[in-house]
Amino acid sequence: MKKLIKQALTLVAGTSLVATSIWAQSPVKIGMITTLSTPGGYLGEDVRDGFMLAVSEEGGKLGGTPVEVLIEDDGVNPVNGKQIAERFIERDRVSIITGIIFSNISPVVAPMARKAGLFYISPNSGPSQFAGAQCHEDYFVASWQNDTLHESAGIAATELGYKSALIMAPNYQAGKDALNGFKRYFKGQIVDEIYVKLGQTDYAAEIAKIRSANPEMVFQFLPGGMGINFLKQYSQAGLMGKIPQVLAAPSMDIKIMSAIGPGAAGIMNTSHWNHDLDNAANKRFLAGFRSKYNREPTVYASQGYDTAKLIASALRATGGKVLEDKTGFRAALKAANFESTRGKFRFGKNNHPIHHWYLREVVQENGKMANRIVRTIAEDHQDSYVSKCPLP
Amino acid sequence: MILFIEQLLNGVQFGMFLFLVSAGLTLIFGIMGVINLAHGSLYMVGAYGTALGMSWTGSFWGSLLIALPASALVGWTIEKLIIRLLYTRDHLDQVLATFGVILFLNELITILFGRSPLFLSIPEELSASLEILPGLNYPLYRLLIILVGLLVAAMMRWMITRTRAGMLIRAGTTHREMVEALGVNITLLNTGLFVTGAVFAGFAGAMAGPLVSVGVGMGEGLLILCFVCIVIGGVGSTKGAFVGSLLIGIVDTLGRAFLPDVLKVFLPPATAAGVGAGVSSMLVYILMALVLTFRPEGLFPVKGRKAA
Repeated sequence: MKKLIKQALTLVAGTSLVATSIWAQSPVKIGMITTLSTPGGYLGEDVRDGFMLAVSEEGGKLGGTPVEVLIEDDGVNPVNGKQIAERFIERDRVSIITGIIFSNISPVVAPMARKAGLFYISPNSGPSQFAGAQCHEDYFVASWQNDTLHESAGIAATELGYKSALIMAPNYQAGKDALNGFKRYFKGQIVDEIYVKLGQTDYAAEIAKIRSANPEMVFQFLPGGMGINFLKQYSQAGLMGKIPQVLAAPSMDIKIMSAIGPGAAGIMNTSHWNHDLDNAANKRFLAGFRSKYNREPTVYASQGYDTAKLIASALRATGGKVLEDKTGFRAALKAANFESTRGKFRFGKNNHPIHHWYLREVVQENGKMANRIVRTIAEDHQDSYVSKCPLP
Repeated sequence: MILFIEQLLNGVQFGMFLFLVSAGLTLIFGIMGVINLAHGSLYMVGAYGTALGMSWTGSFWGSLLIALPASALVGWTIEKLIIRLLYTRDHLDQVLATFGVILFLNELITILFGRSPLFLSIPEELSASLEILPGLNYPLYRLLIILVGLLVAAMMRWMITRTRAGMLIRAGTTHREMVEALGVNITLLNTGLFVTGAVFAGFAGAMAGPLVSVGVGMGEGLLILCFVCIVIGGVGSTKGAFVGSLLIGIVDTLGRAFLPDVLKVFLPPATAAGVGAGVSSMLVYILMALVLTFRPEGLFPVKGRKAA
């Protein structure tokens, strides 16, 4: 952890040293609070690596402005998140806070950023309360509003013709957003709703319930290690072939499917991004990520990269001013004048994205598991809270 | 009915897990008088040992040959270097020192294995499920865990009631000074006890490896439940640890499985699911409060033992 920060700091310090001598400009400080430990740690690692890929493409700059990225691990613990945010705000004097993965941290940190008058730009978590009545002009989400992930899965499940579903999520904000999102668009009958503990590892009791309820399909939102544990036990219980699942992107990323192996083939899931999306930004991102880190990126890496590119576009527009020109920076962010790896991207009035959603299928390609886009399932989809947001 | 039996089995299986970890904990706490927060780390060491063993030998059984000695070795080292200095100190010092051990081991594992959790597979011959009742298929591996837990419990019972070492352990729980005065090498007894506890915890970790993800800090959540188990059962009593673990395992599982359904009678389904999940995670602590209200020493208090 310490080593990591030190690495990031020396990287940034090295590049900014060069920069200051040329531009005589102090770097823009970006505080990244993310999840690097626990079974959900790979989410934060990928957001960080995607973000830092964009920074290293410009040799330590974003949009021509030198940046200093401070990275800390919250361990999915809101108390840690709060302490890190305090340090970033009071001691390090950052201008932008980003990086938050889990929606039990963002409701703690986002109001702190707001109170301190900083910009908050999420690369992942998009809890419902900040998309509606509590939206704010300096709060941006570059990924998605939580519900929309699962709305797309609800649309897919309906289109695939399923008449009944059992739905399951962890008992916290993003879990509730997930089940509400799925129900909003699923036309069939909900057989049962199950909430599990966040971070639960053994799902024997839940799997027994699923077997006995015998629904046509299961929708679950168990991000990161939770999903891997669940799917492994689901297939151990012999249910994988019997009761199919329709999932949203976080429940079927490349880490999860490689942990499950060939048993995951055929699982339908939805996402706003995939490796095979044919656009220049995505190709550049994939090539850069593979060569820099020597592994396949997850959807989280694409979101980290997009977040950095969004910040870069705004820094370019204001000539590197953030808090000195809040109106300009805010307008530049809102314009979203950058090439997203997901293709078309714009912000709604609540500063949450409007973009396409795709139906994907897990396939085995050259002995490796991968998602392949089947078709577009929702065009220019927007979250359902936007009407409650008072922003113009 | 079949669902109930299946959930009951799930509860028993979870209870056996808890027992393997809490058996060592109760002996160390009850006899040596040491609060060992790092006991969960030994569980983690067992799981990582299995992961390592599986990548070396390719077989789950072979990996046990690495996991068990590894946890014994780590337990022995911790006892030699740290716990030994803490016998005469008060509980706060013990908590601080063993908490330090948790941080140290977590960091060490991160350096050795990285932060991403590892995922092991169930040995091929145990990946099937067995039809124990018509319409009830139960995974063989989980049945094995129940069986192993029962075996360990029986072995422990025999060891404690029938062997010389067990006699000394029982004597040590209640009359520590007297045992020492009789010339028994209490240092050796303590080391042996600590290592045995470590091996049990490591064994639980090894058995858990194929079911759940093997990750840094995986034992910490379990440790809290294990403390609940031994407090309910009566500190220092292996019988108490067994009954306490079973009780907690069953209450926790059945609560998770059926409480939301019960609440659905009074509440709208979406609320019931949320409230049910919340209440069921509190259930074990409510149970502990109830037991302690009526039996402050636990269900099976060790006779003559001074309250810690």
